[in-house]
Amino acid sequence: MAVISYREALRAAMREELKRDDKVVIMGEEVAQFNGAYKVTEGLLKEFGPKRIVDTPISEAGFIGLGIGASMLGIRPVMELMFWSFSYVAFDQIVNNAGNIRYMSGGLINCPIVIRGPANGGTNVGATHSHTPEAILASHPGIKVVCPATPYDAKGLMKAAIRDNDPVYVMENTILYNDKGEVPDEDYIVPLGVADVKRVGTDLTIVAHGRAVITSLKAAEILEKEHGVSVEVVDLRSIRPLDEETILTSVRKTHRALLVEENKPFCGVDAQVAYLIQSKAFDELDAPIHRVSSIDAPQIYCKRMEDLQMPNVERVVAEALKVLA
Amino acid sequence: MAEIIDMPKLSDTMSVGTLVKWNIKEGQVVAFGDILAEVETDKATMELSCTVPGTILKIYAPSGTQLPVGAPICAIGKKGEAAPEPSAAPAPKAPATAVPAIPEKTDVSCVPAAPASSGAPSAQSDASRTKASPYAKRMAEKAALNVATLAGSGPGGRVVGRDVAAAASAPVASAPSGPINVAVAPPADGKGIQPDADVPVGGMRQTIARRLLESKITVPHFYLEVEVDAAPLMAMRESLNKRLAEAGGEGAIKLSVNDFILKASAEALRRVPAVNASWAGTSIRTHGAVHLSFGVALEDGLVTPVIRDAHAKTLKDIAVEAKALIGKARAKKLTPNEMSGSTFTVTNLGMYGVTGFFGIINVPNAAILSVGATIKKPVVDAHDRLVIGHRMVIGLSGDHRVVDGANAAQFLQALKQLLEEPALMLI
Repeated sequence: MAVISYREALRAAMREELKRDDKVVIMGEEVAQFNGAYKVTEGLLKEFGPKRIVDTPISEAGFIGLGIGASMLGIRPVMELMFWSFSYVAFDQIVNNAGNIRYMSGGLINCPIVIRGPANGGTNVGATHSHTPEAILASHPGIKVVCPATPYDAKGLMKAAIRDNDPVYVMENTILYNDKGEVPDEDYIVPLGVADVKRVGTDLTIVAHGRAVITSLKAAEILEKEHGVSVEVVDLRSIRPLDEETILTSVRKTHRALLVEENKPFCGVDAQVAYLIQSKAFDELDAPIHRVSSIDAPQIYCKRMEDLQMPNVERVVAEALKVLA
Repeated sequence: MAEIIDMPKLSDTMSVGTLVKWNIKEGQVVAFGDILAEVETDKATMELSCTVPGTILKIYAPSGTQLPVGAPICAIGKKGEAAPEPSAAPAPKAPATAVPAIPEKTDVSCVPAAPASSGAPSAQSDASRTKASPYAKRMAEKAALNVATLAGSGPGGRVVGRDVAAAASAPVASAPSGPINVAVAPPADGKGIQPDADVPVGGMRQTIARRLLESKITVPHFYLEVEVDAAPLMAMRESLNKRLAEAGGEGAIKLSVNDFILKASAEALRRVPAVNASWAGTSIRTHGAVHLSFGVALEDGLVTPVIRDAHAKTLKDIAVEAKALIGKARAKKLTPNEMSGSTFTVTNLGMYGVTGFFGIINVPNAAILSVGATIKKPVVDAHDRLVIGHRMVIGLSGDHRVVDGANAAQFLQALKQLLEEPALMLI
């Protein structure tokens, strides 16, 4: 098994799917000649040519609309957003058109589009470039949203997204792009809607997604070493469809839950997860559900303060101990 | 500029804190880290350390005051600086459920938080409610334990899973549920007094085992005893029963000694109502009515039917009702309603010749009366003469959380007087 980076894993997924299916195309700002703003699509233009790897104008509403139209006619476009923060100018296309066309056409038209790009704070790029819209998007029926935390999941989820016949939005993380991990050489996918227990434990369930999984795993180490607490970490991987059963199974085992996400807390993904747990596993709970999320303010520009604003290992450990009280 | 120090939130469940003790005086210079005061929270007494070095300009609340989180407690600033008015200082973090300070005349050190909005029934019920996690409740149900009897180790005293697990695995608690292997040799001659057997335990025995164990291990029992001159009572009983028998018809009932004791107990509770109360976790619940429970022995156990509103019933009412309840108890026809809701319990083993004993409190009663047999014995009378007395020993087991020795003794005193001068029961 090769050890590759999260970025390479995403690229490998696209490369393999470009090879496997000639309907797959890559479009976005600077994905071709510049090899991608974050070099995720590096080398693809050279290998697959300008018909498959297409640079677009700086016009998200325009080129996402282009991709949606193409997908309705059988193309399987993988659209790069330089930042998911820029999706907001293309919201009508992303939510209204892509999310509803199958329903509005009575199932006659599919929209097998993938939109991908980084959606994270923590890089000192300011409030307008640090949005994490997975909760906003996942609140729309018809849309699928995934947030890989590891190279293995990045590749497997990207391939599953490209093969899926509905719009799938892949939220990547620039801080994770260089993280390395084992990725199988053979073809595999990570099915949409299947969470993953990243660490097995007995005393507390931490539910997280995206980079919060990595933070939570580090916190779990400390909780084990310094506090003798056995923590289970459930990585949602897929926000919608949501793997309810894996969350509930873990809570039924540990009876305590801490939810960690890099979103802002208000109407975050974990608001939904907390509702799920209390409604379907109320009698299993031995303590109130707690959450750690980014502090509820526009993303702070000052790097040192931004680091404090986001869930970090210290905050996760401290909150875990409260749940365990 | 002077800074106002607020009542801090020292635990995640703290809404009010009591200033147990000030360690500083007005005018004193304090440094970072100095202990300003001791604050009692819902969990513990904690030290409040100084975060603002300077001079104590003003102490707003004296020792012993209970204040909501966020209320100003003192001001620190430069020497000679005027202390800000506490009213001018916003108390922004004071929760909506701010609790008024304890009245100064209160001599109880730990007063339960008053309900936020008086008259709101939900606030009222919160005070007495046992906090337990859903998981703990479910575990307790499976283990046939009552969460209300467990000490909660979670935040704010919440009973959590580990508390139930500990209780369920405690040797005493597990006794009823698991067989105990006790090696006892069978009778050597092969003919014992009864078979060696494990007799399955029925529902009533389970209930007795659970409730009495719960009472004995969670209620701090104390015991008082008094000897009563039963001669006047015996004389009155004889004369009343004679008249009742002569009356015949509907009135032909026979009053038992126990009927007199029940009536006298209800009257004694009227005189010392502190005994007619229950421990309710953070409060003591006083009961307006006397609902008298009394023990009825059955072949395979014991039940305690309840005579409701005994304080408002005549001796005859009580006698008739007790007789009916005993009949129902022996026929196993008592409804759960007829066996619950008591405020005081009377047990009597006098008919077996037991001279005196102490029962286990029937939770949530604050006390149980244990009546022994009336026996003839030599006593020294008021004129220092040795005479034949008819004496009855009455024991009282009290819940020390609710009643103290003195009021329990007052109750026994009242009871003794009523039994020795039974005519008092007429008025």
